[in-house]
Formats: sequence, structure tokens, C-alpha cells
Amino acid sequence: MTRKHSSLRGRTLINLFFENSTRTRTSFRAWPAKRLGGDVINMSVGTSSIKKGETLIDTAMTLNAMHPDVLVVRHADSGAVHLLAEKVNCSVINAGDGTHEHPTQALLDALTIRRRLGRGLEGLTVAICGDIAHSRVARSNIHLMAIMGARVRAVAPPTLIPAGLERMGVEIHHDMERGLADVDIIMMLRLQTERMKGSFVPSIREYYRLYGLDYEKLKVAKPDALIMHPGPMNRGVEIASEVADDIDRSLIREQVEMGVAVRMACLDALVSAQVAPVGKEPVIHIRDERADDPHNLQKCPLARPGKRSRRARRGVGRGWTGGRGGSTGLHRRGPGGC
Amino acid sequence: MVEAGPQVFIDAVQEDVDVVDCAGKCLAPGLIDMRVTTGEPGNEHLETLASACQAAAAGGVTTIVCLPNTDPVVDDVALLEFVERRAAEVGLISVHSYAAATKRTRGEEMSEIGLLHEAGALGFTDGPKAIASAMVMRRLLSYSTVFGTLVIQHPEIPELVGEGVMSEGETATRLGLAGIPAAAEVMMIERDLRLLALSGGRYHASRVTTSAAIEVIARAKADGLAVTCDTAPHYFALNEGAVTDYRTFAKVSPPLRSEADRRSVLAGLANGTIDAIASDHTPRDQDSKRLPFNQAADGVVGLETLLQVTLENVHNGALTMLQAIRALSLRPAEILGLPGGRLTKGSAGRSGDF
Repeated sequence: MTRKHSSLRGRTLINLFFENSTRTRTSFRAWPAKRLGGDVINMSVGTSSIKKGETLIDTAMTLNAMHPDVLVVRHADSGAVHLLAEKVNCSVINAGDGTHEHPTQALLDALTIRRRLGRGLEGLTVAICGDIAHSRVARSNIHLMAIMGARVRAVAPPTLIPAGLERMGVEIHHDMERGLADVDIIMMLRLQTERMKGSFVPSIREYYRLYGLDYEKLKVAKPDALIMHPGPMNRGVEIASEVADDIDRSLIREQVEMGVAVRMACLDALVSAQVAPVGKEPVIHIRDERADDPHNLQKCPLARPGKRSRRARRGVGRGWTGGRGGSTGLHRRGPGGC
Repeated sequence: MVEAGPQVFIDAVQEDVDVVDCAGKCLAPGLIDMRVTTGEPGNEHLETLASACQAAAAGGVTTIVCLPNTDPVVDDVALLEFVERRAAEVGLISVHSYAAATKRTRGEEMSEIGLLHEAGALGFTDGPKAIASAMVMRRLLSYSTVFGTLVIQHPEIPELVGEGVMSEGETATRLGLAGIPAAAEVMMIERDLRLLALSGGRYHASRVTTSAAIEVIARAKADGLAVTCDTAPHYFALNEGAVTDYRTFAKVSPPLRSEADRRSVLAGLANGTIDAIASDHTPRDQDSKRLPFNQAADGVVGLETLLQVTLENVHNGALTMLQAIRALSLRPAEILGLPGGRLTKGSAGRSGDF
């Protein structure tokens, strides 16, 4: 992973963050430039024309005129990245849009689990706990974990469970003891008070007591159950410090590390695909081997780093596509294909 | 063949009448659209009365009733007269107005209902805003009985709408958009019906979109309450699926509902529970629509397509021609106390009958 690579040499990456971020932004920022050899332009709301009233589409057109190769976008509104991706003819990576999706987070979570367990996710039970209603990480993980064969539970008070979640193949629990029973992986989510309009839980004290992860609640999970958190953590709100810092159980630091790897891999995959001449772009559809439907594509080649598809192993093309408006939120655009 | 024929000539075609062979076409009265938003005054870049009238004429609509939520709000006689004068200058079709139910549509104090009624306001509404306070609604209904005028509600409980931008449910959850529960509509209608029973008056629920609300209104009608309602074409032509991929052009208020609700709306039109179809014509510019879904404005245009979208459901058998014409013309005329809506001996000279 620390091997220097030059796949981004001569390429321009624009980080466009309409919302604050530490982890995601840094891992799209310094590392690609340093390790993949690309030029990175960082733009954030405070310094751009957005503050001056420019619309998202105008910003997109302006940036598009600079001919970047990749745009990495985070926005507070669901679907904003999708809208922007329709207006530019470069690759767009969704670095989180509103309460919709955060695909690279799900990819890095899957990679973290795989590396720790040394196996795939088939048959694992994953409990996603906490503020699911306001969480894009939860939605992306629900999609990805299910694709990779894990069973997903959502554990939260009813006010933090969005309507119709059960129709996304998720088992819903409102009680930590039942929700965590015999689970392999526990993903804690931050209580996103900044997105909340009004009161969803009575108090932090009550929330921690009922839904905060501590050793007591952890007892019902499998003895080797692993703990994850996408960060930033609120210690003493959704997770006890000693659990978060437990080096045997907590994958939280490893998640940040894998974040860099996954984001580098995404950039590499996208720009590699761009090298191809117009009209003959190689596209790898990595198939979900369990799915009968040949069109049911597993849209994330990075989720199975040790087990690439046959086509990929044969070296048929090097790019991959996220599909237009696909749930991974990774949009590939051909040159001029606006 | 003339659909309206049986009523006009109950016995037989009299000998001394010119018989016009319409070759399968339908002769109907001009349509009356009881819910139109224009941008005049205040937002002329969206729509002027002239462009609204042209759109109406193009769609076979010969009478429109404009909402008061312009800038400034039509909550006093001078503004009402301004709109009437501007419309008269255009002169293409017949234009009427509602007036604001509360001053500046703030939902607090009643506007001058008596004076506005005298000046020609056909009803009182806060436009796209619900009259949220039960006390204000009670007084409006009660006071309006003096004039026999109509109180028109946007039936949604604002607190339940909250930050919602589309119908609550699986689609909203998948899109990561805040949802509006369908119950927000029926709860407001149920509350208002209780107030109607208490205070009297004439109540009109504008844009009924859910099965539950239609059921409640059917029951209230059976109980003899003075309640009427309308819906808009998008609520029987589209369902919440239209906003997937964040298509803001299908973002409307109240939001597009489930497929079951869409079918209920059609059934409600067929059995007459829903009295009228209003286009809910709400012109928007690209700048207010080409935005992230949360930020985009509600509303679609509808004057030009009101008839076509309705006729689609005549052709596919969901409605009969007479049911459609009743909802587009006869019932709006009756509810608003307007002439028209029927083909009678004296109506031959009225513009736009086709």
C-alpha cells in the first residue's frame, strides 16, 4: 500500500467539499497527490463562490471548464452529487451526499472487515446501531453488506429508524440486547445532532444508557465481535471510551487507514479507465456471483480485493463503472460524455 | 354523436334544428381551472396573467381562478382589483381570484373577508400554506357563513411535514430524503371537518391525494357536511416513483403519493367523492428546479395539459367522458358559483365551448 504509484501523474483531482469532513477529505487530499502522483485542488464552501450565491450547477460548469479528471464531492443535500455528475464530463466520486449515500465509507468498512477476518462477509451478522435516519453511512453499508452476503440488523430507537427500512432487507430492533445478540460486527453511528430538526431522543444521558455501546451491552454479542465506527466518535454518547479503544475488538483506527487505501483504489480505478480511447472504453462489470440475474452487477471491484472476477484477472480492461445514478454513487463519464 | 346530447334534446332532434354532424367529437363546456398560481404581481418572470391566460386558452380552459399567494399577497381589495383589471386587459379568458384567508397568509388574523367577497373574491385560502391554527380555521369558517363564501384549505399538518420533501416510505429512505407521512393530510381534513360541523360554513380541501382523506371526505359528504374537494392531474397520473433519481420537476406539494393512493384518487373522481380536477398550475423557472432535491421549489405547470392528462384516463377506461367533464367544468362552476360548466340554451355565445 505504501508502494509509490504513478497512475495519477498528470491528472487533476478536485476535492469539492460543501460540508465539513476530516477523514474523507484528508484521504482524498494528501495521499493521492503524494502516492499516486496527481495534482489536487481543494475547494470548500468557505472559499468558493457558493457563499456568494452561485448554484451547484454553475459551480459544476465552472469546474468542468477546468477539465479535471476526477471530482470528489461532498454535499449536505441528498442527490446533489448525482445532479453535479450529470453536468460534468469527468469522473465523479460521491464522498457523501446528505442522508443518501457514502459509498467509499462502505467500501472501506467491508475491506476492514475482510482484512481483520481474513475472509469474506458471507454469513456474518452485522448490527448497525444508532442514528440510522440521518446516516448515509448506514444506507451505503446496508446495500454493500447485503450484496456481500452478510445479514444486516438495524438497532435504534424508532424515532431514528427511517420509514420503510425493513423493505431494504434489514432486520429492525429497538432494543440493544436483542439487536446485538450473537452479532459478528457492530457498527456504531454518531448521533447527528446537526442534521436533526427537533428532538429525536430525550437526552444524551438516556440515549447512552439505552443505546450507547459499553461492555455490558457487548456481552450478548459473539465473544469475538468486532466494533466499528465511521467517525467522528462522540465518546460517552454512542460509545464508551474503553470499548472504542479496545485494541482487540475495535477496528476504528484500522477503518481510517483503510479509508486511504480504498480512496486511492477508487481514484486509480477511475483514471485507469479514462486512458482508453473514446468509444472503446474498457468497462469491467464485476458480477455478484451469487446473483442469478446477469445484470445484477456488483458495482464495487474494490470490495473483494483478494478475489477479482475472472474477467479482471484475465486483464480485460482496467476500468469499471458505477452505472448512471447507481447506488454506489460512483459515476463514470466517458470523455465528452456529458 | 354528442355526449351532452341526451340532456339537451331529451326527446328527439326537433325538425327545425340544424343538425351538425360532429363525427364522434365531444362538445363540452369550457374548462374551469379552480387553482392556478400566476406570478403577477411580484413574480412576472415566472408567469404573467397574459401568459397564464394564453396557456389556459391553449389547454381549453376558459375560466381560471388565481391563488392569492403573489407578492404582495392578495389580501386587500386594491390588490384584488389590480388582478381583475390586469386580467381584463388581457381579455382572453375569464379570470377570477381567491383572496388570502389570513393577512399576508400568515395564518394569524383574518383578512377582510366581507370586503373582499364583495369585490369578487371567489373564496379564501392561504394558497400553498395550510391554515394551521384550529382557532383561526374555526373563526374563518364561522365568519364566512355570513357571506356563504368558500374556505379553501391546503390540507397538511405543517408540523408533520417538517423538513419533509417527498412521501414517507421506502423510496424516500432509499433516496435519503426526509419524508412526509400520508397521515398529515387526513389529520388536517379530519380536524377541519370537526370544525365545520361546529361552526358551519363551506369547506373545500384543495388537492386531496390519499386514500384515507378520500374516505373521510366521502363519509363527511354522506353526513351532509358542506365539504368539497379537488385533486390535480399529477396525483392521478404519477406516483412517488416519479421523483426517483431526484427528479425535481416532479417535486410538488403535497408530494406525489404511493401507487395505491394514486388509484384511490382515480376511484374518488369516478365516484364523485372528489368533485373537481384543478391543474394546480405552478410555474417555476429552471433556477428554482435545477437544484438539489431539498432545495428545489415545489410545483409543476398544468394549464396546457389539464385536459390531455385527464382524457388519458377517459381513453384507458378509468373515467367516463361525463365524469371527466363534470370534474373539469360542471362541479368547479357549481362550487364557485360561476356561470358555465354546462351547455344550455343561453350559453351558446360563451367563449371556448368546443
